[in-house]
Amino acid sequence: MQDWPLWEVFIRSRRGLAHKHVGSLHACDAPMALANARDIYTRRSEGVSIWVVRSTDIIASAPGDKPILFDPSEDKVYRHPTFYEIPDEVDNL
Amino acid sequence: MNRQQALFEYLLRLGDNALILGQRLTEWIGHAPALEEEMGSANIALDLIGQARGWLAYAGTVEGAGRDEDDLAFQRDVMNFRNVLLVEQPNGHYGDTIARQYLFDAFHYPLLTALSACTDQSIAGIAAKASKEAAYHRRRSAEWVIRLGDGTAESHAKLQQSFDTLWPYTGELFALDEVDHTLRRTGVAADLTAVRREWHEHVTRTLAGATLVPPQEGWMQSGGKQGRHSEQLGYVLAEMQFLPRAYRDARW
Amino acid sequence: MYSQFVDTGVERMRCAEELPELERAFQDKIDSDIKIEPKDWMPEAYRQTLVRQISQHAHSEIVGMLPEGNWLTRAPSLRRKLILLAKVQDEAGHGLYLYSAAETLGASREALIEALHAGKAKYSSIFNYPTLSWADVGAIGWLVDGAALINQIPLCRCSYGPYARAMVRICKEESFHQRQGYEIMLALCAGSAVQKRMAQDALDRWWWPSLMMFGPPDAESIHTQQAMRWKIKRHTNDELRQKFVDQSVPQADYLELTLPDPALKRNEQTGHYDFGAIDWSEFWSVLKGDGPCNRQRIATRRQAYDEGRWVREAALAYGAKQDRRRAEFS
Repeated sequence: MQDWPLWEVFIRSRRGLAHKHVGSLHACDAPMALANARDIYTRRSEGVSIWVVRSTDIIASAPGDKPILFDPSEDKVYRHPTFYEIPDEVDNL
Repeated sequence: MNRQQALFEYLLRLGDNALILGQRLTEWIGHAPALEEEMGSANIALDLIGQARGWLAYAGTVEGAGRDEDDLAFQRDVMNFRNVLLVEQPNGHYGDTIARQYLFDAFHYPLLTALSACTDQSIAGIAAKASKEAAYHRRRSAEWVIRLGDGTAESHAKLQQSFDTLWPYTGELFALDEVDHTLRRTGVAADLTAVRREWHEHVTRTLAGATLVPPQEGWMQSGGKQGRHSEQLGYVLAEMQFLPRAYRDARW
Repeated sequence: MYSQFVDTGVERMRCAEELPELERAFQDKIDSDIKIEPKDWMPEAYRQTLVRQISQHAHSEIVGMLPEGNWLTRAPSLRRKLILLAKVQDEAGHGLYLYSAAETLGASREALIEALHAGKAKYSSIFNYPTLSWADVGAIGWLVDGAALINQIPLCRCSYGPYARAMVRICKEESFHQRQGYEIMLALCAGSAVQKRMAQDALDRWWWPSLMMFGPPDAESIHTQQAMRWKIKRHTNDELRQKFVDQSVPQADYLELTLPDPALKRNEQTGHYDFGAIDWSEFWSVLKGDGPCNRQRIATRRQAYDEGRWVREAALAYGAKQDRRRAEFS
């Protein structure tokens, strides 16, 4: 017999913060996934909101793509405010 | 029966229901059908036993004889327990446990909601907190009833049998006696007629969603609330109370 | 030590020059403390060793629910019942986190559990001893969870991301486990003479098996060297065991209980406690399946799993129906 499908769980720990991946669980349907996420991942008041998504529905970038996806941004230092030299006397910049 | 005696009895009913059902659920721990279910049933047991502490501690205060929650939980014999017969029924298979849980949750939630508006502030306080827990319990057990009822042919047949077997224990949930009448006059006891209405609607809807047939109305068991229990409860207590009774003056 | 004896499948250590290019890059990452994540390339031996180690750890959590679960229905006060219930529930949760970590390596939980039930997978030897009195619940929390924590804290820094993250969560949650156990012992030792005897008896029975939890001396083992190079093991078994003994002695003194080891003595030169010889023949026989409760524990788990099959199947069938209904509707 196959196991119940795998779900990934995301929890918002406080209002104002984004949902963050906390782990996974098995459940046969969406309400069960939510209930299980609540019972497994919020036992110590860790959350105020839960997202669950089937693991198979997540599209992930390939680790091998790291050079072509992420390395090109490394030399674009002009995107960072510290790249620019502004005299100390000038405020509000 | 004076008001204080009625109130003590009433609190024992609330506390013993939660305690005995919580105790029954702990029997599942380590033996549940899935790891996720271990977590879920443990949470419900924790809620219920936590509620029992609140009710029994207050019962001890009302009684005024110096008994605390543990004295009441561990030093009373069967005839002094006031839980309904439904909650002491054995776990059986998981479907039996789910059916028992749902039939109780569907009663417990509207009962606690009604008690949140109780004129007795201590009762209202415990009930307000407990009713949130019970709302989750009812949702969770109703979902399981639907899954098992509308799952496989095997689970459907099993669950139908569970409901048919447990049905005669549901009448007692709503039966009124002198305790209720005494406390109704002062706005303490919940209106069980209204609770029954909500219970009935919810159960009818859930059974339909689960493709189950509502069991035939007929003869109902009764007696738990007055201390006349089934043979099951003695064994529950023998196990639960063993340590404090074997070591009379020990502190743990 | 919830995974006491993990075979890395490695027969001899190779030096850096001997490693194929991919594997050298992999080892470089580990050497510079870069975490390995599920989809990264990894040597097959690393993957399999991790699955073995993580699943042994997970099985230990799940089987470990049983000895304490044995006292859930008999806890002596409502407060103790709640605490124990929350603790045993944590163990189920920890098993779940760990199975999830193993699943990121391509293992299926179903298959791992079936291997456990078939007697093919190992779990910690400690859970094959019986809990005979309430004091055993105290001793397990104090000693077994204390030992577990010593072993698990370094694993929070292990090289495999999902395992390290699971361990962080587990260690955080387990911090109350040891304390509640010690509190039970405190209450017993402050109680009647009978209660104190109960506490001493539990300590007598759990002390040596707790020392065995760390596994046999392994400093010379090829598997240890490999696991340490991969950073999925950070200290040798003996280092951890010594730490455990050193921390436990003053705790036992405070309770005015006697550790059942006449050779136990503080070594002024090393600053550590020397202790007597461990009976490794007992350890090996328990690990092989011949402990007091091995058969009972596995039979209990298997029974729960088999009796729950119809429930899992029904839920699966219902979920599939719901998916079909949604597809037809849209």
